[in-house]
Amino acid sequence: MMRIKKRSVIPGFGLSVGFALTYLSVIILLPLAATFIKTADLSWTQFWSAVTSDRVLASYKVTFGASLAAALFNMPCGLMLAWVLVRYDFVGRRVVDALVDLPFALPTAVAGISLTSLYSTNGLFGKLLEPIGIKVAYTPIGIWVALTFIGLPFVVRTVQPVLQELEPEIEEASATLGASRLQTIRRVVLPGLMPSVLTGFTLAFARAIGEYGSVVFISGNMPMRTEITPLLIITKLEQYEYAEATALAVVMLVISFALLLFIQIVQGRLQRRLGT
Amino acid sequence: MAGTISTLTHVAGHSRRRSIEDPRWLRWLLIGGALSFVALFLIMPLAVVFTEALRKGWSAYLAAFQEPDARAAIKLTLLVAVIAVPLNMVFGLAAAWAITKFDFRGKTVLTSLIDLPFAVSPVIAGLVYVLLFGAQGWWGPWLMEHDIKIIFAVPGIVLATVFVTFPFVARELIPLMQSQGKNEELAALTLGASGWQTFRRVTLPNIKWGLFYGVILCNARAMGEFGAVSVVSGHVRGLTNTVPLHVEILYNEYNIQASFAVASLLTVLALLTLVLKAFVEWRHQKSVQKADAVETRQFASK
Repeated sequence: MMRIKKRSVIPGFGLSVGFALTYLSVIILLPLAATFIKTADLSWTQFWSAVTSDRVLASYKVTFGASLAAALFNMPCGLMLAWVLVRYDFVGRRVVDALVDLPFALPTAVAGISLTSLYSTNGLFGKLLEPIGIKVAYTPIGIWVALTFIGLPFVVRTVQPVLQELEPEIEEASATLGASRLQTIRRVVLPGLMPSVLTGFTLAFARAIGEYGSVVFISGNMPMRTEITPLLIITKLEQYEYAEATALAVVMLVISFALLLFIQIVQGRLQRRLGT
Repeated sequence: MAGTISTLTHVAGHSRRRSIEDPRWLRWLLIGGALSFVALFLIMPLAVVFTEALRKGWSAYLAAFQEPDARAAIKLTLLVAVIAVPLNMVFGLAAAWAITKFDFRGKTVLTSLIDLPFAVSPVIAGLVYVLLFGAQGWWGPWLMEHDIKIIFAVPGIVLATVFVTFPFVARELIPLMQSQGKNEELAALTLGASGWQTFRRVTLPNIKWGLFYGVILCNARAMGEFGAVSVVSGHVRGLTNTVPLHVEILYNEYNIQASFAVASLLTVLALLTLVLKAFVEWRHQKSVQKADAVETRQFASK
């Protein structure tokens, strides 16, 4: 460390690295580490039964099923939205572009109550959908709606910059070689966008499995049917079942970190491919 | 063939555009699809907040803010943001300075660790502090003995908020400062400026819009956080309820109109954040264009 400090003319290495590392450790790393250590209170069999009880397994099914469905739905929709925003000019394009970030900026609780009002029996959409037999609020479909809202910006915002950087010459070459416009899009443009679509999908999925605020209002929270895992963690905490709550949290953390790692690998590959 | 080639070179610009232009039907289909998606999933939820809030008229709308519990919630939310945002701003500046101005071992690890809180469920962000400071937590008994309350009190809410808003400023600054390099700082230092002078008069003016944007995002999330705060707050009315928690309580009491009235406050904050974001991006684009123009002029004069 000393050698590096001497070599650089710019001051503040010790101060900035020291502060950043201390703050990171105190706020993030130590509390997360403590969570992993806390599960040592449980024996292996206790841990296993805590994370595989019927109610917990049902909550995984709801959480991961709805998150996957929402992220999958956001893939084509986000791609379409990014395409329209980058390639076409239409009235209100800038407003739509700004609005895409709404799910990032709007507090999740507000999204939750607003979606619930829309899709409940007396709501604007509920009134239309229930007569034809589709119940959204207080069913897994409601959870899917909330998670689609929450995940909406991810695919758009990962695809948009890539689409902007895409060189028109490649598409021209394809057109010159006799490909129709649709062939060019399907076989030249889309393959180039796939890594960013995949990254956006994974980010949306990762965000969705941990989501709480927007879901709890619309889901109805019925154990075994519409109870998501984050809510189950809170329920266990409120019943003072700390060790069980922690065991569930550790399972969620491991999955989240694995997804994060996956994104980094995809992006690393992408950068290497662009570099060479 | 020769004829076609000569016309091609003539109207090269025009034909290039046409050859990679999408057919009209496809354009309309995609624009229509994208706009319906946006209307269904973004505009409708947004509109409902305001129509529900104003359902019983302006006087009922304003009455929702007269309630002492609502006022206490607004005060608490402001207090939490005033503590959490500057803390994460200082961290963002320090981390970005370290990562972009120096080379050291573990730099990439540090950069990825900063993103960690985004991968953690807000519920777990609350839980980790309950495990540390709660009555049954590691330091629970010690804190009890000394009569310090963190969980179900304001410090816990601040901690949980700091956790979930941790990456915002750093994430904005790191790519920005990376692209700017360190030549300007080196020049200032060579000319005899002190470290602080260099930071204040060279670095800060260069990154002010990015910093501003990071702080806005951080603030929006700090004021709107629900899951993490819900775990550590204990929901004591008038004492540990933030604005989002107050929205939840009103909603669960079937006081729907008041709930949306308070929620509309947070929605306006969100919309303001989006407007400021658009403004900052516009400023950034303009400054890039200006820099490009200056460069071209310099090249031209040589």
